[in-house]
Amino acid sequence: MVTLSHYLILAAVLFSISIAGIVINRKNIIILLMSIELMLLSVNLNFIAFSHYLDDLAGQVFVFFILTVAAAEAAIGLAILVVLFRNKRSINVEDIKELKW
Amino acid sequence: MVETVIFYVFAVLTVVSATSVVTVRNPVHAALFLVFTFFTSAAIWLLLEAEFLAIGLVLVYVGAVMVLFIFVVMMLDINIARLREGFVRYLPLGLLVAAVMLGMMLSVVTSDSFVLEAAGEPLPKPADFSNTKALGSVLYTEYVFAFEVAALILLVAIIAAISLTMRKRPQTKYQDPSAQIKVRKGDRLRIVKMPAGEE
Amino acid sequence: MVSMENVYLAIPLSSLAGAVIAGLFGKQIGRAGAHWVTIVGVSISFILSLVVLKDVAIDGAPIYNKAVYTWMNSDGILFQVGFLIDGLTALMIAVVSGVSLAVHVYTIGYMADDDGYQRFFSYISLFTFSMLMLVMSNNFLQLFFGWEAVGLVSYLLIGFWFKRPTAIYANLKAFLVNRVGDFGFLLGIAVILMYTGTLDYYEVFDRAGAMLDRTIQVIPGHEWSVITLACILLFIGAMGKSAQMPLHVWLPDSMEGPTPISALIHAATMVTAGIFMVARMSPLFELSQTALSVVIVIGATTAFFMGLVGIVQNDIKRVIAYSTLSQLGYMCVALGASAYSAAIFHLMTHAFFKALLFLAAGSVIIAMHHEQDMRKMGGLKKYMPITYWVSLIGSLALIGFPGFAGYFSKDAILIATKHAEVWGAGYAYLCVLFGVFVTAFYSFRLFFMVFHGKERMDEHTREHLHETPWVVTGPLIALAIPSVIIGWITIDPVLFGGLFDRAIVIFEGHGAMEAVAEDFHGSLSFVLHGFTGPAVYLAAAGVFAAWYIYMKRPELAGQLKAKLEWPYRILDNKYYFDRFNEIVFATTARGVGQVLWRIGDALMIDGLAVNGSARVVGWFSSVAKYVQTGYLNHYALAMISGLILLLGWVILG
Repeated sequence: MVTLSHYLILAAVLFSISIAGIVINRKNIIILLMSIELMLLSVNLNFIAFSHYLDDLAGQVFVFFILTVAAAEAAIGLAILVVLFRNKRSINVEDIKELKW
Repeated sequence: MVETVIFYVFAVLTVVSATSVVTVRNPVHAALFLVFTFFTSAAIWLLLEAEFLAIGLVLVYVGAVMVLFIFVVMMLDINIARLREGFVRYLPLGLLVAAVMLGMMLSVVTSDSFVLEAAGEPLPKPADFSNTKALGSVLYTEYVFAFEVAALILLVAIIAAISLTMRKRPQTKYQDPSAQIKVRKGDRLRIVKMPAGEE
Repeated sequence: MVSMENVYLAIPLSSLAGAVIAGLFGKQIGRAGAHWVTIVGVSISFILSLVVLKDVAIDGAPIYNKAVYTWMNSDGILFQVGFLIDGLTALMIAVVSGVSLAVHVYTIGYMADDDGYQRFFSYISLFTFSMLMLVMSNNFLQLFFGWEAVGLVSYLLIGFWFKRPTAIYANLKAFLVNRVGDFGFLLGIAVILMYTGTLDYYEVFDRAGAMLDRTIQVIPGHEWSVITLACILLFIGAMGKSAQMPLHVWLPDSMEGPTPISALIHAATMVTAGIFMVARMSPLFELSQTALSVVIVIGATTAFFMGLVGIVQNDIKRVIAYSTLSQLGYMCVALGASAYSAAIFHLMTHAFFKALLFLAAGSVIIAMHHEQDMRKMGGLKKYMPITYWVSLIGSLALIGFPGFAGYFSKDAILIATKHAEVWGAGYAYLCVLFGVFVTAFYSFRLFFMVFHGKERMDEHTREHLHETPWVVTGPLIALAIPSVIIGWITIDPVLFGGLFDRAIVIFEGHGAMEAVAEDFHGSLSFVLHGFTGPAVYLAAAGVFAAWYIYMKRPELAGQLKAKLEWPYRILDNKYYFDRFNEIVFATTARGVGQVLWRIGDALMIDGLAVNGSARVVGWFSSVAKYVQTGYLNHYALAMISGLILLLGWVILG
């Protein structure tokens, strides 16, 4: 019997995996961006689970929009990455420290 | 019963592949693992009777966003060896942070506030229930404003991405309308007085 | 017929108008314009003052006591501008405006070559306005306003030649010493306000009786009578303004100002403000024997000891300045003896002959091309006859020569003091009596040194010696006439005719004036009566001594000075008052200022508070800047940590 809690726990696990990914990955911005996508995925799962169990379509509508925004954000993030790479020839996080005091 | 099995299979697959995303060396592999994660998630969403969104996830997210990721990953010339340094060093911290976060969230989820367990299984939908139709009927009426805004966001994303990365190549010919309007007679025409030709 | 109210308003305001026009538009109207507009202003004041005097003194008009303008009403206390016109006021305004008019005309000649001509006229008109407001006031606020205003104008005028450092020292000294007096004055007004709840004179006088039994603990454990405290504090103000010891130190230095103002302010009017104030407050002073004793003792001390200092002065104006100090002491003695009308009478006669003496000295100074040292003068009689004769008249009036103005007022004071019973009156009588000798001595020392004897000036000056123009000698003659006759004419109405009946209050038991009245049977008999007392003979002795030492045997002066070295030194240093003030007060004040500047201002406020806070901010940001590492992952970690904390707070809280 799959209950709401199962889905929520799964989402929580995915979320923490992505947080771990952000903290671990000091060297690769692309992995960072991918972790962010994972975070969004876990949140989406949460919403859909609630939508199903509460019988309210609002959750799915919200996921719709999250998808949109996530796509936009991924696009722009990658564009920035590309430009950054052009200028620095590296995607190492530690090389991006222009804003250091 | 079947449902439970399916759930657990796909859940495990999702977790494993998500872990792989953050741990594999090769970014291309990571991207591919992410694609797999999305697929398994889509399956779980199907289980939750969100058909439209599941397909949407696959089409939009995998089809467009992840393709974009893979483009970028392959385009950038990355020095893999350097990227692996420091992985072990930060692993404990990462696990700690993740564990803390997980612990907190689990404490919420498994607490007694979530009496939905008592509410039990929601009624299954009739066979001819169209999730797409339901979603559509709500989206274009109640949430039409948000819909339009989402469209605008996409527009902004397009403009931002293009303006960030576009390189002007000198050899492309293009028109500059503002310069065209500002032009004056003297820039285009020069009258030279010459004596009439010899008879 | 113009209403009397408008007359009262016009008296100060016309002087003010003259002052404002000459002050603000001096350049536009030119020198002649300035002196004309101010003279017209003061003339109007004078003529109207005479009208008022006639109205009050001769026609017996009722007392006018009304507020003209209410400035504010604070919790029931009214702060107003108002006029109180009775016999005392009428006399004062006539004296003030009369002397002021004479000085205005005199100034045309005296300041003829000065650059600040218009400014001077503006100032002396402004002074006239301030003094008139002071004496016409019907409440303590306006009194204080006038008080401060005359102090201010005195400051401006003493430092008129502001490019001279000595003038600036003098005007600062005058202002600061006056401030000390004003501090006491203000405290006195505050005590009165606190215990009567009003600033209006008549209301205070009515409620003063209730104050009689009240006491106040200024120093914990010591009960002081409120009325005594208030009167003494008010008298401290009078001490400052009327230059009684120890607040007298500014008056001799004020001679740095031009001679016309020495005549106007420091002889006839401003310095008499204190005397006027005590007379006006007679209902209060009568309630406190202690205060009257204080007044009489200080007055007597000033009268005698300041006269002594006058003997050793060599600057012609300084002698007259110390003479003024001494005569103010006489007036205070009269006040202390409850002979208020005698004090005011002496104030009036003194105004005339002292102004006369100052202006005559000014005439001499002009003729001597601004030389003021008497040792360089001598034998001026044949060069300046008019100045000579008026100086003689003034000096005779000052020493109390029978028949002249000063005789009547001085003798009235002497008799009153003899019969006074307040504590200290005996001492006071001795001081004023021997003061007569001293007065005669220094007056005629001056007279002989300047006008008689060997001519000690240099050749160049002697060639240019001539009588001063009529704008200078005219006022001299105008002042000489009252110096002769005013005593004779006015002693009866002023002292005994009830002019001050409703202005001055004297209690039973303070019967000094009654004693004077007993002896008075008309002016002529008063003159003859004088020959029965010691004063006339002491004066004669003083004149003789001066003649002997300075005319008959001039070398005696030098010998006496050598023999009496110690007394001479003390007198020359003016009893070391100036040294004392310099060492005790000035040095302390400067020291405190240094400490406050170096430590309080520079170190604590600038260093710690202002710069220190800036430094703290800088230090803090130098520490906090390390947060901005620039590393993306640090920022991400920060975000995650924040998120965890927030979650924790929500979940666990």
